[in-house]
Amino acid sequence: MWGLAAAVPLAFLGLFFALPVGSLVLRGFVADGGLDLGGFAEVFGRPRTWRIIGLTLAQATVGTAIAVLVGIPGAYLLYRCQFRGRAALRAFVIVPFVLPTVVVGVAFRSVLAPSGPLGFLDWDGTFAAVVAALVFFNYAVVVRTVGGFWAHLDPRAEQAARSLGAPPWRAFLTVTLPALTPAIASAASIVFLFCATAFGVVLVLGGTGYGTVETEIWVQTTQFLDLRAAAVLSVVQLVVVAVALGTAGRARARRERALQLGRPERVAHRRLALRGPERSAGDLLAVGVTAVVVVVLLALPLVTVLVRSFRTPTGWGLGNYVNLGTTGGSNALSVTVWEAGLNSLRIAVDATVMAVVVGGLVALVVSRRPRGRGTRRAVRALDAVFMLPLGVSAVTVGFGFLIALDRPLGLDVDLRTHPLLIPVAQAVVATPLVVRTVLPVLRAIDSRLHEAAAVLGASPGRVLRLVDWPIAARSLGLAVGLAFAVSLGEFGATSFLARPDRPTLPVVIFRLIGRPGAENLGMALAASVLLALVTASVMALTERLRAGAAGEF
Amino acid sequence: MTPQHPSPTDPSSTTSAGRGLAVRDLVVHYRDDDGTTATAVDGLSLEVEPGEVLGLLGPSGSGKSSLLRAVAGLEPASSGSITWDGADLAGVPVHRRGFGLMFQDGQLFPHRDVAANVAFGLEMAGEPRARRRERVTELLELVGLGGFADRAVSTLSGGERQRVALARSLAPRPRLLLLDEPLSALDRALRERLAAEVREALTTTGTTAVFVTHDHDEAFAVADRIAVMDLGHLLQVARPVDLWHRPASQRVAEFLGYEAFVPAGVLPGVEDDALVALGPGSLRLDPAGDLRGTVRSAGFRRGVVEVVVEVEGIGPVTVVEPSAPDRAVVGPGEQVRLTVDVDAVPRLG
Repeated sequence: MWGLAAAVPLAFLGLFFALPVGSLVLRGFVADGGLDLGGFAEVFGRPRTWRIIGLTLAQATVGTAIAVLVGIPGAYLLYRCQFRGRAALRAFVIVPFVLPTVVVGVAFRSVLAPSGPLGFLDWDGTFAAVVAALVFFNYAVVVRTVGGFWAHLDPRAEQAARSLGAPPWRAFLTVTLPALTPAIASAASIVFLFCATAFGVVLVLGGTGYGTVETEIWVQTTQFLDLRAAAVLSVVQLVVVAVALGTAGRARARRERALQLGRPERVAHRRLALRGPERSAGDLLAVGVTAVVVVVLLALPLVTVLVRSFRTPTGWGLGNYVNLGTTGGSNALSVTVWEAGLNSLRIAVDATVMAVVVGGLVALVVSRRPRGRGTRRAVRALDAVFMLPLGVSAVTVGFGFLIALDRPLGLDVDLRTHPLLIPVAQAVVATPLVVRTVLPVLRAIDSRLHEAAAVLGASPGRVLRLVDWPIAARSLGLAVGLAFAVSLGEFGATSFLARPDRPTLPVVIFRLIGRPGAENLGMALAASVLLALVTASVMALTERLRAGAAGEF
Repeated sequence: MTPQHPSPTDPSSTTSAGRGLAVRDLVVHYRDDDGTTATAVDGLSLEVEPGEVLGLLGPSGSGKSSLLRAVAGLEPASSGSITWDGADLAGVPVHRRGFGLMFQDGQLFPHRDVAANVAFGLEMAGEPRARRRERVTELLELVGLGGFADRAVSTLSGGERQRVALARSLAPRPRLLLLDEPLSALDRALRERLAAEVREALTTTGTTAVFVTHDHDEAFAVADRIAVMDLGHLLQVARPVDLWHRPASQRVAEFLGYEAFVPAGVLPGVEDDALVALGPGSLRLDPAGDLRGTVRSAGFRRGVVEVVVEVEGIGPVTVVEPSAPDRAVVGPGEQVRLTVDVDAVPRLG
């Protein structure tokens, strides 16, 4: 039975992940039936390549550093302190993370455009704009990962330092911060990964001449038709991702260990001390930083998109929303935006079902702790294998599909035109998120709880049904919502695979902002608001399941 | 399975062969997460008769828990056999053994309330709902938690959790109940009270049980017989009173709390070369006594004064004296004389 449970995801990811990515890598190394590194030499000979790799690393490093710096005060405020409106603020902070990348790109553009509220900064199309958008996305990752850990940290260690004579800032630097390091490292490596593989945001926000490895793969494929260069760049991206994933994995293991070591029953939250004799400079700083981030970085772009979506060429009104029933100015699109939205929903349902089945099975298999040394190793290997798609960029997956699924494995079928192709690609992208949501919950179940059930007469199947299932069901529900939201906003892989007559909402938005005309821009803004509302509502519904579940994102 | 080591005793010659639990020449390897193995139980043989409560006493790391897990079927035996009423249990999976197991920290199912936890084993056995409810009420009464049926387990205190765990283990009427340090996580006052209650619950239900502990007072309070285990071997199996007064070896005596081991000839009025053990209760303060010593420390403990005396020719021994309001307590450095209570000085070996 366990064999089957492992075989289904292995087959799925083998066919739809390993095969496409493998063929891609192969294309970089092999030409005319022989090993040929000429492609590498040629691509690395271009100064453009080095500039792009440099930009990718710089963008990821700076984005990660800022996200961590502003995220730590946020984690403290939202997970360690008590104040009115905390629950609402926690819910708001997660919104950017689940917003479709294209929507975020559109939002930042409307803020930074010369006519926008921050137009005076003159950041439109610059490195700074891209980094700001990346911090916008990943702030929640840092706040939640570090905050979730911080909430469980025993405050008595810091209290002991205080009673030994350390002022608050020293107690924080010498006791609390080192204790938080595993969580910070874990968050930083995940954020680095997300920043290095960002696609939609960079494509929309980066000006001409700006590019990362990710966008360059897309440019080489769709504009220069240089598949070889794209394959070489995909290999470069794989290396970056593998390094970041390795770091993330080690950090995560450390964090899980640290959490197991001291999990206090209930940590009392402290009240904020902003006034009076108890006033704390640390609290003031945390509130100040978080207020600026929440208002300027998170809220301003969202509000701007919303407001602008009501501005039409003829004045304020619902004109842009009415236009969603058309194909845009000078027929920019081949279907109406509503039809594209319907496509998106259908695709997201299919993708979610696949991702949850595959991801759920992976989490189940990997959470087992078998006795035999061989099977134990096998489970550990599976764990590593199944995590690969987490880091591999969506663009690589989409591009891989294009070149590998034309008569895969010698079969005489062209999967590239199959209607399930986009759902499958999105499921590959969403599966690791499902695993990361469900697996920690399954892993946290004490193996002695299984033993207690077995000793009371429950067969292995009943242990699974009566112990694991009731405990993990909530996290699976959360995973459903997460997969659905990710799939709705997926742009990287979909942009390669969507056919002109069946585009998804993000693809339509991207196409609209690329076309001239105030009418098209207005429609793009209205469609963005719509997409953001749907994704945010899905997440708001599933967030209710999170209470008690300790997933990773 | 055939034992790897020749058995020192022929199994067929033992009187209780075939009734209750019999462990023969059992070897259990413990496998750590990093893949290293160690021998946790090393050729051990043991019997538990029906209705008997056996205390399994030993320091941590002595292999007690591994033995218990092997009997429950949670740990495979490398060699040797485990039988119940003469039937070999090799190959019988955990859930078909009909044994109960109670963990140190209860391991209650967090998603079920108290009643549903207690009912779990009955559900597995396919008991009808009405019968289940009746039995749950009965057991919650037995462990002193009547009225707790609808409580969430997260609202229970440590002691209440262990009571629920005990009720849950007893509910399906296991042929044998294995208790793995069930009271170790509780504070002392609660531990002492619960030990007595566990003893009562086991005897009223007539349950055969193996009670693992590293606390000899707890073992004395709960068990009919006590098996002392160290480094995977069984050192001695005896009734509590016999164990205390006739420990088989210095190791057993040390573990029970005896402090000094000297040839009997050292003691006044004894002509013998056997090794004897002295511990709390072996010596009394007596101005006319033959032994001299220097008081090292004196402490007051629940109605008695414990005086540690450095006895000449013997070493430090604890002397327990009843405390009285008008009697002066001896202080450190004071010279005292002591007399031996010969009945409280066991000979070893």
